[in-house]
Amino acid sequence: MYSDMVMDHFKNPRNIGSITDADGVGSEGNPVCGDIMKIYIKVKDGRIEDAKFQTFGCGAAIATSSMVTEMVKGKTIEEALVISNKAVAEALGGLPATKMHCSNLAADALHRAIEDYQKKQKVG
Amino acid sequence: MGKLIYLDHAATTPVHPKVLEAMLPYFSERFGNPSSVYTIAQEARQAVEAARTQVAEVLGCTPREVTFTSGGTESDNIAVKAVAFAQQKLGNHIITSTIEHHAVLETAHALEKMGFQVTFVPVDKYGVVNPDDVGRAITDKTTLVSIMLANNEVGTIEPISDIAKVIKERAKGRKIAFHTDAVQGAGSLDLNVDKLGVDMLSLSSHKFYGPKGVGVLYIRRGSPFQTWQHGGTQERNRRAGTENVPGIVGTGVALKIAEENRPAFVKHCTFLRDRLIAGITKIERAYLTGHPTQRLANNASFYFEFIEGESILLNLDFEGVAASSGSACTSASLEPSHVIMGMGIPVEVAHGSIRFTLGLGNTQEEIDFVASIIPGIVSRLRAMSPLTSEKR
Ligand SMILES: Cc1ncc(COP(=O)(O)O)c(C=O)c1O
Ligand code: FES
Repeated sequence: MYSDMVMDHFKNPRNIGSITDADGVGSEGNPVCGDIMKIYIKVKDGRIEDAKFQTFGCGAAIATSSMVTEMVKGKTIEEALVISNKAVAEALGGLPATKMHCSNLAADALHRAIEDYQKKQKVG
Repeated sequence: MGKLIYLDHAATTPVHPKVLEAMLPYFSERFGNPSSVYTIAQEARQAVEAARTQVAEVLGCTPREVTFTSGGTESDNIAVKAVAFAQQKLGNHIITSTIEHHAVLETAHALEKMGFQVTFVPVDKYGVVNPDDVGRAITDKTTLVSIMLANNEVGTIEPISDIAKVIKERAKGRKIAFHTDAVQGAGSLDLNVDKLGVDMLSLSSHKFYGPKGVGVLYIRRGSPFQTWQHGGTQERNRRAGTENVPGIVGTGVALKIAEENRPAFVKHCTFLRDRLIAGITKIERAYLTGHPTQRLANNASFYFEFIEGESILLNLDFEGVAASSGSACTSASLEPSHVIMGMGIPVEVAHGSIRFTLGLGNTQEEIDFVASIIPGIVSRLRAMSPLTSEKR
């Protein structure tokens, strides 16, 4: 059902957990199946230094969260904002059709975290 | 990955070697059409009728009351539609429960769209239908009640004979047909139709070590019936089409063996089931689903808070363990199990449901292995879950 890459990220997820002094936190719930994903980012000089995730969901949801945190590390905010759901799915070697919506969760949660960071910047 | 530990017998079972052996001659040697007149055809006819007798003996009915179908789904469809349409002039109301298999539920929903009225009686937190709820739902327009003998997800056994009594009382002499989907009961429970008090009963061969794609529908003599599949006169005009001879032969033998093995099966599985339940419910925030005692001997089902079923199944699969889940993520519809939800368990928790269904081939060693790996899987997944920290 899943590609080797998905299984690899599911078996050995990268960047699990939370960041206590995160600069941005975003969470996204899945209207389709009811899952939840939370992404934490740490930003320094306009670059995402660190990213972590917590996910309550299926194999694809866990693998996409792991992948998106890997993809975003070292990217500038502008670069991170253009990471799309499609790019996450492609980086994982594709997802089964019924699981495409799980990749939405990952990119959307990342974008929420960036929005949160930007909001804090304005206030601060 | 070592040997497969198969704990999904409610999904399907392997064909018993004796069943396979009985079926084989009917593919290429005795391949005749049972409706033809020459010798090999008559051999096939006799084999079909012998299987019908084997089934009738287990159900405690006459062979004429046994119809072979293409499986549990077809048996359920025929049962519900046959009565609903045959009795349409007398009433358009049918009663079923919220935790039936989709084969009954979706048929009921389809009938609703065609103008029938359906009452879906609820279940309690253990998945049990209250016979009085069925009684209260009966109106003078009710023509059919369909309640499953045992639930496929959580293993709860329904009080079928009590429901039969209530129906009889409330019917006040009117004919209300009572159907039970007994697909999960074969090999575990007494299928005697008179003791159960049912007019129709569905079975599916692949759930009791028979072949896939063959089912049984018991129809009590004199029950209202409208044919759904038109064509030849096979199965006493109830289900047209050349008989699946090898499949029917296999079904007869499989049901006979399942019935003979029943006491041993129940004893073996109950022991393993209770061992698994004791092991898993030791885990924090892990709960048994279904009734603690009124449950199938081979069903151990649970839910784990804060985690999702598919990821549990994938982790089990890494260790060679096959099980199933009612999580939305594992269903093609992406909806959580209606059974778990029907028992009043919240959506996010329904997500973490897991079902193990045992068989004769399972050993204590396998069960102990499964019980030993689950805590690790659960804590690994909980460590990634955003709910773990939020809700504790
Ligand atoms: C309770 C119940 N009813 C009906 C069915 C459908 O049977 P079949 O797979 O033979 O169509 C099943 C099996 O999935 C079942 O568990
Ligand atoms: S998170 Fe539910 S299907 Fe992927």
